[in-house]
Amino acid sequence: MAEVIQRKKRDFHHVSRGANAVLHTIAAIFSFLCVFPFLFVVIISLTDEKTLATDGYRLIPAKWSFEAYKFVFQSGDTLLRSYGVTILVTVVGTLVSLILISLYAYAISRKSFRYRRFFSVFAILTMLFNGGMIPTYMVVSQLLGLKDTLWALILPLAMNAFYIMILRTFYSTSVPEAIIESGRIDGAGDFYIFLRIVLPLSLPGLATIGLFSTLGYWNDWFNALLYIDNPNLVPLQSMLMRIESSIQFIQQNSANSSLSMAALQSIPQDTSRMAMVVLATLPIIFAYPFFQRYFVQGLTVGAVKE
Amino acid sequence: MAAFFKNLIRNKVMLFMVLPGAIWFFFFSYLPLVGTIVAFKQYRFNREGFWASISKSEWVGWDNFKFLFSTNDAYTITRNTLLYNLAFIILGLILSVAMAVLLSELVGKTMAKIYQTGMFLPYFLSWVIVGYFAFSFLSMDRGMINQILGWFGAEPVQWYSDPKYWPYILVFVSLWKSVGYNSVVYLASIMGIDKSLYEAAMIDGASKWQQIKNITIPMLSPIIIIMTLLAVGRIFYADFGLFYQVPRDSGTLYSVTNVIDTYVYRGLKTTGEIGMSTAAGLYQSVVGFVLVIVSNFVVRKIDKDSALF
Repeated sequence: MAEVIQRKKRDFHHVSRGANAVLHTIAAIFSFLCVFPFLFVVIISLTDEKTLATDGYRLIPAKWSFEAYKFVFQSGDTLLRSYGVTILVTVVGTLVSLILISLYAYAISRKSFRYRRFFSVFAILTMLFNGGMIPTYMVVSQLLGLKDTLWALILPLAMNAFYIMILRTFYSTSVPEAIIESGRIDGAGDFYIFLRIVLPLSLPGLATIGLFSTLGYWNDWFNALLYIDNPNLVPLQSMLMRIESSIQFIQQNSANSSLSMAALQSIPQDTSRMAMVVLATLPIIFAYPFFQRYFVQGLTVGAVKE
Repeated sequence: MAAFFKNLIRNKVMLFMVLPGAIWFFFFSYLPLVGTIVAFKQYRFNREGFWASISKSEWVGWDNFKFLFSTNDAYTITRNTLLYNLAFIILGLILSVAMAVLLSELVGKTMAKIYQTGMFLPYFLSWVIVGYFAFSFLSMDRGMINQILGWFGAEPVQWYSDPKYWPYILVFVSLWKSVGYNSVVYLASIMGIDKSLYEAAMIDGASKWQQIKNITIPMLSPIIIIMTLLAVGRIFYADFGLFYQVPRDSGTLYSVTNVIDTYVYRGLKTTGEIGMSTAAGLYQSVVGFVLVIVSNFVVRKIDKDSALF
């Protein structure tokens, strides 16, 4: 019986079998197109360098090889150091921005805060008008003296009025005023209420902001482009940019400085660059399927209103 | 005065909460506004720092702007920024909504989830990575496209030095990166449409196509209008990564890849035209500001809750 109903419902609600097959094909092709370039780069990174020189980038290379990965791992700590910089910046940056944003958003979400209107406007105005790249550059490098420090990678991305507005809306919809009042009657202070009542209730909102922030830090190369010259402080994405133009970068940083010229010439070049691209992308590839719903949520939660 | 201090003390916990963020806004958003006066100066770097560099540079009035708009650059970067963004907005909207409707009609939710996960991938990649991806297809001697052209006996194309292909390449890459994400966002709002509307339509004998045309699209139109207006508000701002990383900063392509953002960056880092670049940045901010205000005003008329402010 249940099956009959199910069957009926199916006919009623859904497109015909043929149309469904067409739709599946279109969606599958588009989805594959989105993933394909990454697979292609993986294949290139696993191609033998000499084969690459004669055949170019092939979907099915004549000769496979792991040389590129061996080389990347042996060629000193360039990649490792960049990984370290990126992880450090991402972790510290996400924490800093979560702290700044959650505190600010909470204060301006509370009706009892006398200056909430002023600080709301103070944040919103920054979405409307900004000084632009060059004045910001001058403040960060000349006034704050952050050039060639990790703070130049962390601070410029730490706040964002848009996230504040998202989180403020989240607080006001998911934390009932009554709970805060009851906390107050029990004698809890504002900060205690925030820490013990509001934060635990708004974990989904914080997770959304935190993930946006993590992605922003992990993928950032722009601040490194502006502020970082010291090769020891170059994050992953920026390192990929720098080696793009010259493979020399790896050679100079090679742990094995006794490499002869001949050996240098046999270094897998294109393939090792592609291997680095793969290694820089893998953490995202593994992580994003588990977190993607938060990224959709971010926009739907962010029904921003005054 | 005493009342003011009393209020401050009464609100001290909240004030401490906004303080770190307020300091951030002060340094990273408000002080740079002061820095924009460099647009009206002949900028000279001074080793005594930020204030000395600004105050000791000589006033030149509107000269930087006059010079900027007397060159071809101003026209080129404005045209590129506007036309590319227009193409991204229109084509992106059509493709994202079409893909969202398509996904919502799929039978077999497991497969639909797998497709969505695939489509979502480009959103999570940085422009540096996307630049490498593009290179694997467009490389002159090794790229896949030139190899395919070779099978048909065509001459290999110097992709990175021939401007005529780049409008298409940039639009394609931009759509590739954004359509998946946007369609999943639209899909989320299609899922929120009241199912009884479709049931009523089916009882009246409406075909699937009629349902899409008369229920799905009209129900989506508020979010479509709002997303589009917000994008129009940002039409004067280009995606720096797209225009800098994907063409590999190739000089011969500047006529079709230079946008306001890349122009300002090169003024800062390459050509050293600080005053004129700041002027270009200020021009962007002012026009951008007007556009945001106007589009937000329109959004507010349509749906108060979706307005930015």
